[in-house]
Amino acid sequence: MTVILNQSFTGISIGAVLLLIALGLTLTFGQMGVINMAHGEFIMTGAYTTYVLQQAVGGAGVPLLLALPLAFLVAGGLGALLEWLLIRRLYTRPLDTLLVTWGVALMLQQLARDLFGAPNVHTTAPDTLTGNVSVAGVVLTTNRLFILGLALACVLGLTLMLRLTPLGRRVRAVVQNRELAEVSGIATGRVDRTAFFIGSGLAGVAGVALTLVGPIGPTMGTNYIVDAFLVVVAGGIGRLRGAVVTAFALGVLQAVLEYSTTTSVAKVVVLVAVVAFLQWRPQGLYTLRTRSLV
Amino acid sequence: MTTTAPPPAPTPAVATPPPSPSARFRVPGAFLLGAVLLFGVAPLVLSDFRISLLAKYLCYAIVAVGVSLAWGRGGLLVLGQGVFFGLGGYAMAMHLKLADAAAAGETLPDFMLLYGSGDALPWWWRPFANPVFALAATVLLPMAVAALLGYFVFRRRVRGAYFAILSQALAAALSIWLVGQQTTTGGTNGLTDIRGFFGYDLSDPVNQRTVYFVVAGVLLLLMAAARQLFVSRYGELLVAVRDAEERVRFLGYDPAAVKLVAYVVAAGTAGLAGALFVPAVGIISPALIGIVPSIGFVIGAAVGGRASLVGAVLGAVAVAWAQSSLSDAFPAAWTYLQGLLFVVAVGFLPGGLASVVTALRARRTRTAPAPAPTKGETA
Repeated sequence: MTVILNQSFTGISIGAVLLLIALGLTLTFGQMGVINMAHGEFIMTGAYTTYVLQQAVGGAGVPLLLALPLAFLVAGGLGALLEWLLIRRLYTRPLDTLLVTWGVALMLQQLARDLFGAPNVHTTAPDTLTGNVSVAGVVLTTNRLFILGLALACVLGLTLMLRLTPLGRRVRAVVQNRELAEVSGIATGRVDRTAFFIGSGLAGVAGVALTLVGPIGPTMGTNYIVDAFLVVVAGGIGRLRGAVVTAFALGVLQAVLEYSTTTSVAKVVVLVAVVAFLQWRPQGLYTLRTRSLV
Repeated sequence: MTTTAPPPAPTPAVATPPPSPSARFRVPGAFLLGAVLLFGVAPLVLSDFRISLLAKYLCYAIVAVGVSLAWGRGGLLVLGQGVFFGLGGYAMAMHLKLADAAAAGETLPDFMLLYGSGDALPWWWRPFANPVFALAATVLLPMAVAALLGYFVFRRRVRGAYFAILSQALAAALSIWLVGQQTTTGGTNGLTDIRGFFGYDLSDPVNQRTVYFVVAGVLLLLMAAARQLFVSRYGELLVAVRDAEERVRFLGYDPAAVKLVAYVVAAGTAGLAGALFVPAVGIISPALIGIVPSIGFVIGAAVGGRASLVGAVLGAVAVAWAQSSLSDAFPAAWTYLQGLLFVVAVGFLPGGLASVVTALRARRTRTAPAPAPTKGETA
């Protein structure tokens, strides 16, 4: 019983990481149809922001809390810049966007290598996030709980933003019908840029969280990008609910498989399972029904 | 103020002109020129070392032939060619490792003895001891995998970005699996230190040259075959599927079948390239077939011109050459340049360098009286 509970907690925390890294993509890929391969590098930006802050401020807890908003701004700013420079010219060519942003990702990786060196760097976790909490015989590590809380907070914030704020309303309007939004007086270009800012900023926040569980290095983005895209695709493009369900489902599946086999086999099975799942539901878990042919 | 009327377009379409009689005669000329360069000039002027490097670049060019077919003509962004390249490469390398072991009087390849994976050869290694099986598997195995995957994917109308991400996920899965199975696949190191090639010693420069000639010959044959495919009715149907899939469907064709053929042929080409890569370079490893190299297979074609066969092949050779000559001396500069290539070639020059050539040629001929449109002569 304890084993099952322990493994489900592991699964949920893997799911929380997946959710965090995919959340920004549900906005940029899901809502706007932009395939941003540099998303992983925005995650890396967030992680390096934490590292720089720790070097500059010293200590562990304060920099981490400071890093959350700062990483959001840094990664979001990079994202908005990328949107303004390149992506807005390519909205009609999604496949080309993929390759162009991959080029940007390569350059950002090399930039990180030049600035911080090729080897991984390390941050120290604050004392409050290195301990354990024991609930009903299940050992919960506090850093995993922190990531879970952060992921849920981000989901909540994004949902509220999209549902309640004027900006969210404009984003949804542009997603549903760009031309109609434009003739209604919405500056679609500015909405795109803001949405891209938020989506990329969320990647930065994910990067801060990842400093607690993984290495920080120039190629860390590549490790996460495929997983992030698969979560969005399997969840149903543009469906926040789908991303949440898929992230946790994949996390639990991975944890169960890791327990019974090895990490690499688990990873492969999860990837193949997603590919097979898309055979069954090509549009993902939750679909937005339209009458369009494509 | 904005008008919705289409702009007046008296200029001839430059993207993919219909095959005109002059085009039919021009290509054998280009083909002969390529043959002379590859078989006559290159072996005379290049050192043994450069020749074996060129053989490696030509392997990438072979992949580009398939990429040009699937992506350039079919619009399928194949981001998982590393899977097929790897299947072909590993099939070949497994046979060569077994042959090396047999020549040394061992029953197991050297790395298996090193990692102590037991006395028995894994069952899935055994058939590869047979040269005919291994050679057939280098091409048929990738094609079978592509056919299986493509059948389901295209039938369910998974396309565009979904297809690209799926194929990328498979490349990730295969390389992760190979790394994880160290005792039977060599893990991160891959299959290295391949000494013989069907009885010939690969360390001998003469045999290296022979391998080069084989690679060059395969490339030229595949280019000729692909060119015939491009100008055939099937080639036109493929372009039609790329540009207006729904219309093709309403005309009574099955776009899934059309795309499947392109995908399977591209996979077979990549498998063959992987198989030739092994004797040419002497190694196959997960780092050569994962996500990053899989995207790399596409960039050469993008730079040269994805829809143009010659452009894609030359682009692949040029990018591979630039990579190996720059990445040793200036690794940082090469990465920036590679990133910039993606941005400029794909973002601002989607037709690649080939489109520049076509545009220049069109400008030159425009001074002469415009040729009559050659519609409806596709017999």
